[in-house]
Amino acid sequence: MNLTVALARMLIFPGLLFAVPAAWLFLWIERKAVALMQQRIGPPFMQPFFDFIKLLGKTTPARSGMSGLLMKAWPLIAVSAAAGAVGLLPVLPTSGGFQGDLILLLALMEVPSICVIAAGFSSRSIFAEIGSAREAVLTVSYNVVFLLAIVSIAAAQHTFRLEALAELPSTPLRWLGVIAIIVCLPAKLHINPFSLPNAEQEIYSGPMIEYAGPELAMWELSHGLEWVAATGLVATLAVPHFPAWWLDALLFIACSFGVVLLLSVLAAATARLAVDTTARFYWQCTLLFAVLAISSTLLMRLRS
Amino acid sequence: MNLWNRLTCYCRRRSPWLFHMNSGSCNGCDIELVASLTPRYDAEQLGVRLEGSPRHADILCITGPVTRNSVHAIKTVYEQVGSPKAVVAIGSCPASTNVFIDSRVLDGPLNRHIPVDVFVPGCPPRPDAILLGVAQAAQILAKRDAEGSGQTVAAANARVEMQP
Repeated sequence: MNLTVALARMLIFPGLLFAVPAAWLFLWIERKAVALMQQRIGPPFMQPFFDFIKLLGKTTPARSGMSGLLMKAWPLIAVSAAAGAVGLLPVLPTSGGFQGDLILLLALMEVPSICVIAAGFSSRSIFAEIGSAREAVLTVSYNVVFLLAIVSIAAAQHTFRLEALAELPSTPLRWLGVIAIIVCLPAKLHINPFSLPNAEQEIYSGPMIEYAGPELAMWELSHGLEWVAATGLVATLAVPHFPAWWLDALLFIACSFGVVLLLSVLAAATARLAVDTTARFYWQCTLLFAVLAISSTLLMRLRS
Repeated sequence: MNLWNRLTCYCRRRSPWLFHMNSGSCNGCDIELVASLTPRYDAEQLGVRLEGSPRHADILCITGPVTRNSVHAIKTVYEQVGSPKAVVAIGSCPASTNVFIDSRVLDGPLNRHIPVDVFVPGCPPRPDAILLGVAQAAQILAKRDAEGSGQTVAAANARVEMQP
């Protein structure tokens, strides 16, 4: 793979030029699906774009008693990490050059959550601190299951390389892992029933409460890019590989779209769970499931 | 006006985010404001979103006759809304203090303290009227520059009095 192809992958598809409009599209689908389930018409198609541009054009009112520089840095770090995660997705086949592996992808996908926690605590608002604490509890809860699912997939296929994982034929164990990942996605994306950190009716906007203008726009964008990265990961693992690259790209987009629709309908149909119920759900119900997946993987590896 | 300014003006009109503040209201107007977000009236078609933090909002929706205790809070919240911003006074209370006129616990009406762009009269106003008020405020917002110049109490009062 030469430099131009690598750059094109990072900047065009599935990098920034694809990811940012896709992020807006996914945010719109989420809001529209909720509206349709409530028998409303819902926001116009370009709504996330309007929101983003409007926020960019606003001024930030002065805040007192906190360091400005650190608070400005968190949303930028979150956006760049999420964009990097999307750029790593192996949609198009490549040969040689820089290839990210699953571990790097997971690390980049985890950075926005850490930024949200840090941003909430550095803003020193009581509501933001409660939101950050909830986000931390949520991260600890779902990540155990999420990582076990990823490890079981990687162990079953004997590789951590994303390219190889995308090309290998899927096995029943891999489907088990994909289902476990999908169970974790509502918590990762802060949507109902796990929308604890940004629970509007209880703690206003949670960790984002002190952000305004362009910084808030960056948070919205990073949330959208997280949607693209998370659904893209599921699409990478679930979609079988085809020789034609355009068919690959098309299937990738269709599968991401399907996952977004599924999650939006789930968000519209459920109410928010309390923090102890959420933690119990992940530690008691789904942890069992993930342990089952990883132990069967290890047993299969021992037998073979 | 260059292309970027025109784009931001258009986007500002299409995406008014509200912050709702109660300055001693009887809760009647607050219920009607929430009703305008329900599926029957569906304010989200206009891009409206009810925000939890005044720092996220563009339009400040204030109900109630402005009690003495709430004056400081109103000014603080008004300062925390990023420019450009607009204020919608919902109900008859913030416009004229309504039946509470001459009460010693009041320091109203609202346009003595902050510049009000749109008054939505009624006790309480219907949700359609509130939506019309928000839409008008979004139009005003689109024409306003980011520095927030001309947003003084006197200028806003003169503007409102010129309207029929």
